Parts: sequence; C-alpha cells; structure tokens
Amino acid sequence: MSTIDFSFDPEWMGTLTAPFMTNAFVAGLFIALAAGVMGYFTIARHSTFAAHALAHIGLPGATGAVLLGLPVSLGMGVFALVGALVIGALGKRVSEREIATGTVLAFATGLGLFFARLSSSASQQMQSILFGSILTITTDQIIGFAIFDVLLLVLLAIIYRPLLFSSLDEQVAQAKGVPIGVMNVAFMAIMAGVITIAVPAVGTLLIFALVITPAATANILAGSPFKAMVIASILCLAAIWLGLVLSAMFPAPPSFIIVTLSTLFWAIAKGAAALKAR
Amino acid sequence: MSESSDCIVFRDAAVRRGDRIIWQHGTFAIPTGSVTAIVGTNGTGKTTMMKAELGLLPLAAGSLTVLGRPAGERNAQIGYVPQSYASDIDSNLTAEQSVLLGLTGTRFGIHLVTKAQKAKVREAMEFTGIADKAKYRLSELSGGLRQRVAIAQALVCDPKLLMLDEPLANLDLASQRAAVHVLAKLNRELGMTIQVVAHDLNMLLPILTGAVYLLDGHPHYADMGKVLDSDLLTHLYGTQVQVVTTPQGDMFVTPTPDEPLDQVQDMHSATEVAQMHHHSHDSAASAPGAGKAGAR
Repeated sequence: MSTIDFSFDPEWMGTLTAPFMTNAFVAGLFIALAAGVMGYFTIARHSTFAAHALAHIGLPGATGAVLLGLPVSLGMGVFALVGALVIGALGKRVSEREIATGTVLAFATGLGLFFARLSSSASQQMQSILFGSILTITTDQIIGFAIFDVLLLVLLAIIYRPLLFSSLDEQVAQAKGVPIGVMNVAFMAIMAGVITIAVPAVGTLLIFALVITPAATANILAGSPFKAMVIASILCLAAIWLGLVLSAMFPAPPSFIIVTLSTLFWAIAKGAAALKAR
Repeated sequence: MSESSDCIVFRDAAVRRGDRIIWQHGTFAIPTGSVTAIVGTNGTGKTTMMKAELGLLPLAAGSLTVLGRPAGERNAQIGYVPQSYASDIDSNLTAEQSVLLGLTGTRFGIHLVTKAQKAKVREAMEFTGIADKAKYRLSELSGGLRQRVAIAQALVCDPKLLMLDEPLANLDLASQRAAVHVLAKLNRELGMTIQVVAHDLNMLLPILTGAVYLLDGHPHYADMGKVLDSDLLTHLYGTQVQVVTTPQGDMFVTPTPDEPLDQVQDMHSATEVAQMHHHSHDSAASAPGAGKAGAR
C-alpha cells in the first residue's frame, strides 16, 4: 500500500495554466452565478431538500445517457426536469412532500446504480457523476453553461419580483394576483437546470454545499434578497476558484476542497453571528 | 343602505369544499368604513369566507361583490394579512424589505426601487409604529412587531379594504393592544374599511362596528349592539357566554365550572337558546329572554 502523500506540489503554477484548468475556472464562474441566485430562492421557498433530491433523481438519467451513448448532461437534465415538475406538483404540504421526495430520491439513486452496472463505460463514469470532475469540463459544456446563465438572467429579469414575493410570502402574493402555480413550475424548472450545470463541478452527492450553503451563508450576512444573491454568488465563486488553486497545490480532489471551503465560510459566518447575538 | 356605500355585498352566497357545503344562503352587506369581525367556532368557515372575498375560492352559488366588482377583481385595493403570518415566519428578510414587497412584489420586469416607493414604505412603517425596526430582520422581531410589519406591508399600497385573519392570535396583551390601536387609527384617520377574523372579540370590541357571525352553516351580519347578546354568543360559541358592561365598555366572558360558587351568572339553557334562535334567525337581539347586553 502506498502512503498518503499530502506534500506541496511546487509545479502548481504550471498546473493552473493548463487548458483544462482554464475551462474549470470559466465553468466555475457560470456555475457560481446560477447557484448563488437560485440558492437564495431555494431557501426562501423551503425547498432545499428538493434541490438535493433533484441531483439524485438526475443520477439514473446521467448513467442511462452513458448507457445509450448520449451526453451525460442531457440525461441528467431531462430526469432532473421531470423530477422537478413532479415535486412541484406535490404541493406545499411539507411533510407529505418530503416523504414522497425522499422515497423517489432513494429509488432514483438505486436505478442510477443499476444503469451504471449495465455497461462498463457507465460504471467508469459513476464516480465522476457522484463526486464531480470539474477538471474534465469541456468547452462544449461551458458554452452550454453560458447559454443557460443567459436564459436564467433573462427569465429572472422578467419574473424576479413576483417569484420573490411568492417565495417569501405565498399567501399574500396569491391574494395580490401573483400566479403562484406558474412561479412554482418556473422555479422548479430553473432549479433542475442549475442542478444539471452544477453537478459536473462537485457531483450529485455534494451539490448541497455548492448550491445551498453559499446562499445560507449570504442570508446570515445580508437582509436584502438582491444583496444576498450577489454575496452567495461571490462565495460560491470563491469556493470553486480557491478550491481549484488549492487542488493544484496539494494532492486532493477539487470537489473535496470546494465543499470544504463552502462549509468553512458557512461555519465562520454562523459562528460570528452567534457571537454577535450574545 | 345604498349599494355604493357597501364595501362587501353577499347575495345568497355559498361555498363548498369537496361535497361539503361550508356555509350557504349568505345575504348581507358590510358598509364602507366599518370595522367588522368574522366570528364563529373552529371549522365554521371564517378563513374560507375571507378567501372567498379575495376571489381565491369560487362560490358554489350566489354572488359576492367586493369594492363594487365581483370578488377577486379589486384585490389590488385590498390589503391582506393571512393567518399565523407572525408566528411561523423564520425569514432573514428585513422588515423594510418585507414591507417593500407589498408595493413591488407583483410587478414583472426590471424596476429599480424609487425614492417615492422608499418614502411610501417608511410612511407605512411609521403608521404602524415600527419605523425604528426597519433594518431588523423578521426573525429578530417579536410576534407583535412582525404582525405590525405584516400590517404595514398590507397597507403600503393604499388599500381601501384591509383584511386580517386572526391578527391577535399568539400575541401578548400589550401587543394585542398595539395592533388594535393601529387598526383603530387606520379606520379613523384613513377611513379604511377593516375586516378581521377573530376567535376572541373582547380586545376588538371598542373598535368593532359590526360582525359577521357564522351560525348553523349560514353567515349573518349584524351591528355590534345586536351581536353583543349573551343568548346569541352562547349559541354561537356553543358554550355559556355572558356579556357584562364595564367602565371600559362591553366585555364578553365565558364562565367555567371553576367559578366561585357564590357568583350569580345570567345564563340560559341550551334548549332555551336554540328555541330563541329558531324564532329569530338573524336578529337574535329581538329574541325573548333576559341576559341582554347593555346598549353601548
């Protein structure tokens, strides 16, 4: 057995300037923007568990796509979208929704494993789907991310306030004529998209720390929705970029460092807020 | 009373949920500028009535006009504070941001918050006495203060009608007083019509002008003087209720078997009350029998 080697890599600058690193940095930018903005809405709507579940529901889509020779993101996206619409239709009764969501989550993860075992290539990709592989993101994927981000920003420019109102204050928003059903479907569909583009970075298992945790940290720091979204995006970006740099210096998987940094930011903010409250 | 001076008009209205009729044959009008309470025991359809007035629940029969249009069409002119708004919110939103949503929350497209809108928000918060709490988060405020944030959010768009579902539930005595004071001021200074769903009327009695009471599956409306009747209230709440006149105004109290033995209570048996109700369905004040409230 080889010994675990945590030694500093003096060649890290060279690693950072490699083309795959450039791709990872650019991808990180697009992922952070989408995750930061939608993370806020997810928390406001008490849908963090649904967001976590969507990544797992996407898993059989991803391994199934490999099985059929289709792009991983396509399979992931389709499954996440269908899952999102079904969860959205489950309504607001939290206890029932969570049980249904959790049950489907477990089943989908099992199905993902089954598909992965059906072919050797899917089996090989299983680990990168579960834990992410930000260093293997292709230029085509980045173009896809960019298109998604542009669509997201255009859509949000139109529905920002009604979506916010229905997320924070559903009953009043409904009385005031906000189409809350439409807002719910829009939110879940966008969420499926955000999960699909964030999974390549940290994988289905660690997605919570990338999409929800920065927004939770931002919520501690800011009381205005817009500020919180900006801060969440910055924190998410900082976790990804710093994670990439540190993973070039030390032999640790980027996913691990990214998730660790995101958790660390949150723990510091939480601790500071607790101290301030005393 | 002429049609135009009525804020809310029910005509043979009924609401159904599934196969169950919640209430029916509602025919009455609530005047503009009034402060009314919707009263009744649990499950008689008080919140349902408010939802129907907002057009969120379709009527099974009849018609319902609010601010001169069918229910739901004039909601932009209605401020609405839903039930348990104050108790279960754990929001990180600041009070100011929350009130602002009442002004801008329904608008699609990109709009920067204008100076005029900010001034409007401040004005609403000053009115409910929470201007100094603007930068506090809702999660940091007490239930009473959150209720006043909710009222500020409801009135920031200059509504003609304000609807509040159980605004005093879970509030302590001082917070209840403060909330009632805000409602009184809104009615007196801005002439706003106010409707409140309430379990306990005592706190609201000084400002109420009338009440909608849900009895035996039918809604009725009556002026406050007629509602403050021991017989009616006893029947309405299904437990013995007594109206007493105190120097502070009328109170209604619900004696329990744990009262001191020597206290004389003016009450009716259940059969007696049912009899009275049978004879005069929507005007219990004309029912025979003792135990009337003193005129206010």
